[in-house]
Amino acid sequence: MAVGNPHITTMRSPLGRVRGLGSAKSGTAHWWAQRLTALALVPLAVWFVISLLALLGQPHEAVVHWIGRPLHAVPLLALIAALFHHLQLGLQVVIEDYIHGEAVRLAVLLVMRAGVILLFLIAFVAILKMSF
Amino acid sequence: MKDAPGASKVARNSEGKLIERPLSPHLQIYRPQISSALSIFHRITGVGLGLGTLLLVWWLAASAGSDADYAAAAGFIGSPLGLLLLFGWTAALVYHFLNGIRHLAWDAGWGFDLPTAHASGRMVLVGTAALTVLVWIIGLIVW
Repeated sequence: MAVGNPHITTMRSPLGRVRGLGSAKSGTAHWWAQRLTALALVPLAVWFVISLLALLGQPHEAVVHWIGRPLHAVPLLALIAALFHHLQLGLQVVIEDYIHGEAVRLAVLLVMRAGVILLFLIAFVAILKMSF
Repeated sequence: MKDAPGASKVARNSEGKLIERPLSPHLQIYRPQISSALSIFHRITGVGLGLGTLLLVWWLAASAGSDADYAAAAGFIGSPLGLLLLFGWTAALVYHFLNGIRHLAWDAGWGFDLPTAHASGRMVLVGTAALTVLVWIIGLIVW
């Protein structure tokens, strides 16, 4: 190769390079979603812990009333959405790192995801029930 | 070498002879360091907090249920085992929160040099202890 004429030879097709999705076929979507949900959880987690402290020792009725107010229910819904998405992304990486058999790994991933979705839905319905 | 990972462990040396590639030292060989310890601890607390969401969902579902449902959940959380779990949950949450911010700072390109990373790691440990105790002091006063 002549000096002053740098160039890259690649085996990848022009379409593959334009898509930029790499071997995982999803590009940086997973990594990016994990960071965005983490960022959203920073203020939401602080708010939630302070709220829990304020709710300590309150009777059932007061807790239901507190959760049911839109100003509390909406950030709570945002919290559980960001939380369970973040959890699902994190557990996926842990499972992919430590479980090597392909069939077992797929099964554990599916069970984990189903469990996280069900937990999210229970929390979601519970918050909505107290809102209406 | 039957598969791709196996093939990548075999190579020719400078004399053209087939040899097994040297492996990098495994986990047990390394001296424990604050960087690796905090990294695995981030993972452990993450999984722990995932299990902790069971308690969160129970609390929300019980709140949406009857007085008896709520009393059962509140009774468990107020029991010695419940309080122990809640303390662990607080510590894990504070740690994952502080170390997560450390990770976000790295992702933004800040503080990735070793002296700064070690210093921020020590700050995370001190901050976790301080904030966990602070939350519990406030909690016990309010309760």
